[in-house]
Amino acid sequence: MISVHLVLFLIFGAVCVAGAINLLAQSHPINSALSLVVVMGALAVEYLLLGAEFVAAVQVIVYAGAIMVLFVFVIMLLNAGTEERTKGGSYVAMIVGIPGMLAGSALVAWVLLTHSGTKSVVAGALPGSPAQVAPLLFHEFLLPFEVTSILVLVAIMGAVVLASHPNSDPKKEKT
Amino acid sequence: MVPLPYYLILSGILFACGVTGFLIKRNIITIFISIELMLNGVNLSFVAFAAQWGKLSGQVFVFFVMVVAAAEAAVGLAIIIAVYRTRETLNVDQVNLLKL
Repeated sequence: MISVHLVLFLIFGAVCVAGAINLLAQSHPINSALSLVVVMGALAVEYLLLGAEFVAAVQVIVYAGAIMVLFVFVIMLLNAGTEERTKGGSYVAMIVGIPGMLAGSALVAWVLLTHSGTKSVVAGALPGSPAQVAPLLFHEFLLPFEVTSILVLVAIMGAVVLASHPNSDPKKEKT
Repeated sequence: MVPLPYYLILSGILFACGVTGFLIKRNIITIFISIELMLNGVNLSFVAFAAQWGKLSGQVFVFFVMVVAAAEAAVGLAIIIAVYRTRETLNVDQVNLLKL
């Protein structure tokens, strides 16, 4: 029996995989970045199917919103053109690597499907609304939460220092 | 009802696409985008296992992974801008000062 949950999972899983393959196939970085937005949007739906509402919202706001805007901004800023190939690929890697990778993936998938011993996940199996995640985040994981805030602060300062022009002197510009 | 292995296989496909992009792409920005794809694949595993075992900690960990990914993206893109300023290229094959 096919449930709506399974159909939705398959549709958005296919969108995910198509976006990921398109990311590899495109040669212009802006196309790859926009493919990644598609992957992230479809993944947010997968999180909703699992009941992780908070994670789905953060995925759309932080990942598809903030991080991808940063990527697109840098691509535009650096005026990145089509990727240039410096030398041809190794033929041994193509002949041996691709069938080897497919065989390994099929083996892993077969083991997972037949011998994993896990049970099916029902739609919305673990409700993860902000009200349920917040007590965990602010009690059990309070110290990691505060440490990540320091990490983000250091990362902001590092990004400003790294991206600032080496020759620019703010004191000189004032006068 | 979706079996858990379906989620794990989807997560594995995304991670494998990320690794492939990391290895075959020559543009430093596209390589960075591939790393984000790998992080997304891992996040899906976290949420699927959280639903399987009934522990919300998995979803909290996904939140932490996202925060670290945001910090990493900010610093990484600043490094890319610095590299472009000194080397005037985004091709990783031409950034080879450490190569013998």
